[in-house]
Amino acid sequence: MRFIFDRNTWQEIFGSIGKNKTRTIITIVGVLWGIFIYIALSGAAKGMDNGFEKVFESVSMNSMFVWGQSTSMPYEGFKTGRPMQLKLGDVAKLENRIPEINNIAPRITLGNFGTDPVFTVRGQKSGSYPVNGDYPVYTKIATKKIFDGGRFINDEDIAKARKVCVIGERNVQELFDKDEDPIGQYIRIGDVYFQVVGVHKLSQGVSFDSDAAIFIPFTTFRKLYNTGDNVDYFCIAAYDDVDVVQVEKDVKALLKNIHRVNPEDERAFGSFNLGEMFTRVSGFAKGMTFLSLVVGIATILAGVIGIGNILLISVKERTKELGVRRALGATPREVRSQIILESVFLTMIAGIMGIILGAGVLSIINSLTKDLDFPYTNPTVPIPYVLGALLIMVVLGTLIGLIPAQRAVSIKPIDALREE
Amino acid sequence: MIEIKDLHKSYKMGSNSLHVLKGINFKVEEGELVAIMGSSGSGKSTLLNILGMLDELDQGTYTLDGVPIKNLSETKAAQYRNKFLGFIFQSFNLINYKSAAENVALPLYYQKVPRKERQEKALKYLERVGLKPWADHLPSELSGGQKQRVAIARAMAAEPKVLLADEPTGALDSKTSYEVMDLIQKINDDGNTILVVTHEEDIAHMCKRIVHLKDGIIVEDKKVEQVRAAQYV
Repeated sequence: MRFIFDRNTWQEIFGSIGKNKTRTIITIVGVLWGIFIYIALSGAAKGMDNGFEKVFESVSMNSMFVWGQSTSMPYEGFKTGRPMQLKLGDVAKLENRIPEINNIAPRITLGNFGTDPVFTVRGQKSGSYPVNGDYPVYTKIATKKIFDGGRFINDEDIAKARKVCVIGERNVQELFDKDEDPIGQYIRIGDVYFQVVGVHKLSQGVSFDSDAAIFIPFTTFRKLYNTGDNVDYFCIAAYDDVDVVQVEKDVKALLKNIHRVNPEDERAFGSFNLGEMFTRVSGFAKGMTFLSLVVGIATILAGVIGIGNILLISVKERTKELGVRRALGATPREVRSQIILESVFLTMIAGIMGIILGAGVLSIINSLTKDLDFPYTNPTVPIPYVLGALLIMVVLGTLIGLIPAQRAVSIKPIDALREE
Repeated sequence: MIEIKDLHKSYKMGSNSLHVLKGINFKVEEGELVAIMGSSGSGKSTLLNILGMLDELDQGTYTLDGVPIKNLSETKAAQYRNKFLGFIFQSFNLINYKSAAENVALPLYYQKVPRKERQEKALKYLERVGLKPWADHLPSELSGGQKQRVAIARAMAAEPKVLLADEPTGALDSKTSYEVMDLIQKINDDGNTILVVTHEEDIAHMCKRIVHLKDGIIVEDKKVEQVRAAQYV
């Protein structure tokens, strides 16, 4: 240990690596490049991972949708092509029979699935917008950011079938004057006046609703449009640790049972599984991380092998010098240590420079993509990764240094001196 | 100081074996200045390498200052070389990226002498060979004679028991050769034991004893009247 902290040792090392500066620099660049690639790639992969996470942040990740279509098989006397209509009563059955379900939000809408949007008027301004009948639980599945001073639909609204609505940012722009506070104002949706109780922010990334969607209480909707117990689709969120794909199957099987559909009929109910999609995207991000790790480490390895190669040449060139040192009393251990230390030192310098350069490039990319619509956020390389990389480099540097060191020691001083 | 009995050494050259030293008996007392002479191939360099622990003997015994030198590990050999021996080479063998003073200090570095003391000693020995003003110069900035004097200073810095010089004047013109020999004589005057391998008659006669080697055996071993090199300088 004393050897490593000895000033003289370092003087010897600086002396010998400073002898051929060009070569030393080229060698360093080899490893520097490796660690730079490693840092830049894994940082970028992490940034992408973060970016995807941000895209999905406003929706429950293990959520799914299910809606009615029409049957494709005859069953229990019913003929093919019977249209399926989800009912409010299905909610309780689903919740009771499938314990994995955390929340169910039944939704009914106008202006989304082939139906016409509703003509909406406020004073001199008007527009046509989709209108949704919703329960408060909906916000547990798709987070709605409501601007200050407002709120989403609450249980009281549902119970009393109040004529209140939550409107989008674009509705505000199109229906209200600038600097006007829409909260508490009335707008006419279809033929009925509604009081605005909240304005929802458009969420970046994945969202189920546009920035011009109007939300009214489900009960108000059904009274107004005489839809009875009909539901257009269910938003279902499973618990976090549950396999959503299985829940999706269970939900559809149960619905087939309730609505007396052939269990084999794949067409009766449609569904979309966000969890699956998210798994796929995050799997992609994980794959990227893994790939960048492999590529980075392989590049580091190539760089370190370069150092070993250069040191091997340098040992060959220094055969005579090493012979002189041996004749003057350098023990094989001292010669070996010096060459290994040279290798480790070069690797470390290159590594640290590569890390700094990589971090710099990552922060430049980050500031360039900040305002772009690109899933890339906060690219960071975890400290353990960096330390791990440094450790790998020291170990590899030592191992690769062993080869030239062994070569240096295996030369007998007499042979070294004889070489002209 | 040095005692060699029945020394044999052969080299393997492919399937053939080349018997280089065929039974050498040889003794050097403290303070002697011995020239080992012989034509090329006579085994003089091999003998010096064995004396310098750079090469191993096949048969016989070698005692240096009462210590038997046999079957040394590389590490032990390095330590003994450092403690007992100083080398002067024909081609100087200075380390070209180190200054004169650093070169002289190198054996002290391997003796683990502290830095300050090392520098002081290096300067002291450079002064003895008359090169103190050149202490910071690189070998490439020195003449051949100066290089050899730095090498002599380096050999002496470790204060060895024996100085071994392999053709110390082989790469020098006669004027510088005499300067170097003058230095070697002076060092010998101070009581140091020195062995010089040479094939030049005039250099050999500047020593106090000449050992003639021929085909691996000592054919002549005589004391001579020392010719002082100073008169030619």
